[in-house]
Amino acid sequence: MSPDTDTSTTPAPDEAPAEDTVRDEVLESMRDRLVAELGDAVLDSEIGVGRSLWVRVTAEAWRTAGQVARDHLGCRWFDFLSAIDWLPSPYGRYEDDGMSPPKEVDPTIVTGVAGGDTRFQVFARVVDLSDGSGLILKADVPEDLTVPSWVPVYDGADWHERETWEMFGITFDGHPGLRHIYLPGDFEGNPLRKDFPLIARIVKPWPGIIDVEPMPAEDEGAADGDAPAETTEGGAE
Amino acid sequence: MTAALDREQARYVAAQAADARINFEIETEGMTLNLGPQHPATHGTLRVVAKLDAEQVISAEPIAGYMHRGYEKLSEVRTYPQVTTLVNRIDWLGSFANEVPFILAAERLMDVEAPPRAQWIRTALFEMSRIANLVLFAGDTALQLGGQTAAFYGFRDREYVLNQIEAVTGGRFHPNFDRIGGLKDDLPKGWIADTKLAMEKVRGFCDEIDELVTGNEIFQARTRGIGVIPGDVAMSYGLSGANLRGSGVDFDLRRDAPSGMVHPELDWTVHTHPDGDCFSRWWIRIQEIREASLMVDQCLDGLPSGPIMAKVPRIIKVPAGEAYVQTENPLGAMGYYVVSKGDLGPFRLKIRSASFNNVSILPWVLRGVYVPDIVSILASLYFILGDIDR
Repeated sequence: MSPDTDTSTTPAPDEAPAEDTVRDEVLESMRDRLVAELGDAVLDSEIGVGRSLWVRVTAEAWRTAGQVARDHLGCRWFDFLSAIDWLPSPYGRYEDDGMSPPKEVDPTIVTGVAGGDTRFQVFARVVDLSDGSGLILKADVPEDLTVPSWVPVYDGADWHERETWEMFGITFDGHPGLRHIYLPGDFEGNPLRKDFPLIARIVKPWPGIIDVEPMPAEDEGAADGDAPAETTEGGAE
Repeated sequence: MTAALDREQARYVAAQAADARINFEIETEGMTLNLGPQHPATHGTLRVVAKLDAEQVISAEPIAGYMHRGYEKLSEVRTYPQVTTLVNRIDWLGSFANEVPFILAAERLMDVEAPPRAQWIRTALFEMSRIANLVLFAGDTALQLGGQTAAFYGFRDREYVLNQIEAVTGGRFHPNFDRIGGLKDDLPKGWIADTKLAMEKVRGFCDEIDELVTGNEIFQARTRGIGVIPGDVAMSYGLSGANLRGSGVDFDLRRDAPSGMVHPELDWTVHTHPDGDCFSRWWIRIQEIREASLMVDQCLDGLPSGPIMAKVPRIIKVPAGEAYVQTENPLGAMGYYVVSKGDLGPFRLKIRSASFNNVSILPWVLRGVYVPDIVSILASLYFILGDIDR
């Protein structure tokens, strides 16, 4: 109830009010305990936007990291588990009008917070309910697209891993039964991979491309990237 | 499943069996019961396949996906303002609440903060969508347990709130009103007085429902001690909202990890219940309607003046980075993990919806119960299919 746990009003780290340092200390001690337990398995960590703690561990230590978070850090509440495909989409944002040749997309993989070396990463969040401090764990997914399952640690990981398996094609070693959860059983492909085309957009170009009118005095904005000009008013309709 | 949870489960099954004094020595042939996808107890199209031994459930498997719309994929080709239209349709009974965490995550990445007036109105509308959602829960749960009257009361009284939401946003179910940096519009004239009257009526509804349903002997018999979820199990499955607090875990994101709304400045109580059964989940939600109506009153009383939009560029580009924001939505904790690459739209959007976790406990909690109790448990766990399938 007290406003000093409010993390949203943090403007920038250099002018962060005193309350936020307390919060940082909680997260830093969380990170230190994790490093103490896991040692070299912790590859990188970062306290970033919104005062969240990201920790990247090796794929082999993925389950151990979950266990340590649950047993030593008090993070007993399972939030979610999912994956990211860092490959830039070869289709861009489907902004081609179908007539001109597709735009070149730079295929360099750039990963996000806490770094990474592989195209796929799994990430999960667990929370210590006593003070509401959360921990986002990340791991690079090796070539064989297999990481240890979290089901023995958090029961809730069951469905999340089924979803991740179906959407990204990542296998979870030790999962009791990776079956389709959303898609029909004979579905082929992994829809959330960036190289899986969004067929609806290929069949019929996004009508937003046609509707774009240059905004008055926004010519510079429209010139950089042919994307639909979005305004703060009514743009979402 | 860990050994401790295994023991918990064994105890639970044994208690259910002892209750019925089933003689295990009699050989009976099992049967499979298919509930749904169109059963009214499933709030949409969830299918539950239950294997039965006489009246007792041996195992149950919920099957989702009949409404999967692929919002995570779609959001990758939309711009940030366009994503709110999509996420509106996740929990369609409390749509405004779906927009808020996404907008907050984008604001955080952009380092923008909504002006105070926008934050207060946002909180009021957030709590009003909670009321609209939970009032229907009250009516619907009673309906599923055989009490028709409460359902009509629920639909009637939800209108008072929906009318007020419509008056300010223009949309009854899909307001699409939240903007990065504030709100689309200010409140219309006379709205505050009308809303206070509506909140009076909502509190009247709670009293009515308490007299009609909560104290009812049949209702109590069908919910007390049914579908007990211990706190440990609830946390391990990631249950949230009233389902978590109904298992005695005192955690509410509005109080314990507030983000960008004015809940810390309001005077309200977090209710928990130690029993973990269907009744406790029901009871907490009724209390939450009351608390939410009081919160809306306080928001309207404390409403500061000033602008409702911060200065944001006309074309919204969100700086590269990752942010996760979670709020306490009507159904439970809802979070958005936004990965931006400095583009017009998100690179990856992970939607953590409450019902997905809340429903994943069904195989655990349905083991060993009786067929009529499936309905009580499904109703009390309270999920919206759009919130599972996304």
